[in-house]
Amino acid sequence: MATRIDLAQLQELLEGGGQLVEVLPAAEYADEHLPGAINLPLKQLDATTAARLDPARPVIVYCWDGL
Amino acid sequence: MSPRAACRLELLGFTRVYDYVAGKADWLAHGLPSEGEQAQVPRAKDVLRREVVTALPGEPVGVVAVRVARSPHGFALVVADDGTLLGRLRKAGLDADPSARADQVMEAGPSTVRPDRPLAELAERLRRRGLHTAIITTPEGRLLGVVQRADMEARLAGQR
Repeated sequence: MATRIDLAQLQELLEGGGQLVEVLPAAEYADEHLPGAINLPLKQLDATTAARLDPARPVIVYCWDGL
Repeated sequence: MSPRAACRLELLGFTRVYDYVAGKADWLAHGLPSEGEQAQVPRAKDVLRREVVTALPGEPVGVVAVRVARSPHGFALVVADDGTLLGRLRKAGLDADPSARADQVMEAGPSTVRPDRPLAELAERLRRRGLHTAIITTPEGRLLGVVQRADMEARLAGQR
């Protein structure tokens, strides 16, 4: 199960090379997203789309508020 | 949504997956930078004044009143050691017994807004209520500063 993190932990992971992934639909990502985040919408998340990620580095996912 | 995405990534073989559960709402509410089409919308954080007068709960009101008198503000905000906003001292409180503790005469729990609130919306809300100042805190209640309606209106007028 993925580790749940807060803002401070997120900032530490990003400083350590973490990859930030917004999993909301593309339109919401286009509206506004965290700096440096890529968009992998949950509905399209599979082995092909996830190939953009480096498995050796931490991956941090987020949506609007976790729901 | 993010817990499901995290689970999906683990099933795909990723071993270092983290879920920032509080998400974009939390990031923006802390006034942190963003990218995208809406990122340039003016927000409260863009006119934030951090130089507000603060007081600790146990400080004598008379001491606080001196600081307020030397400032451009007519009030002080009472904060805990960790910056959590506890209350506000306006004229009635500042004119109280100078030896009284700030937390004994403050107005507890003043309304606050987050730094990502769009300026146009916030300015209109203040205008409707006849208010000139809004207090800005993080989602955890830590004081960031204040915004003034005049600053917001000037900023918005400059965009037209």
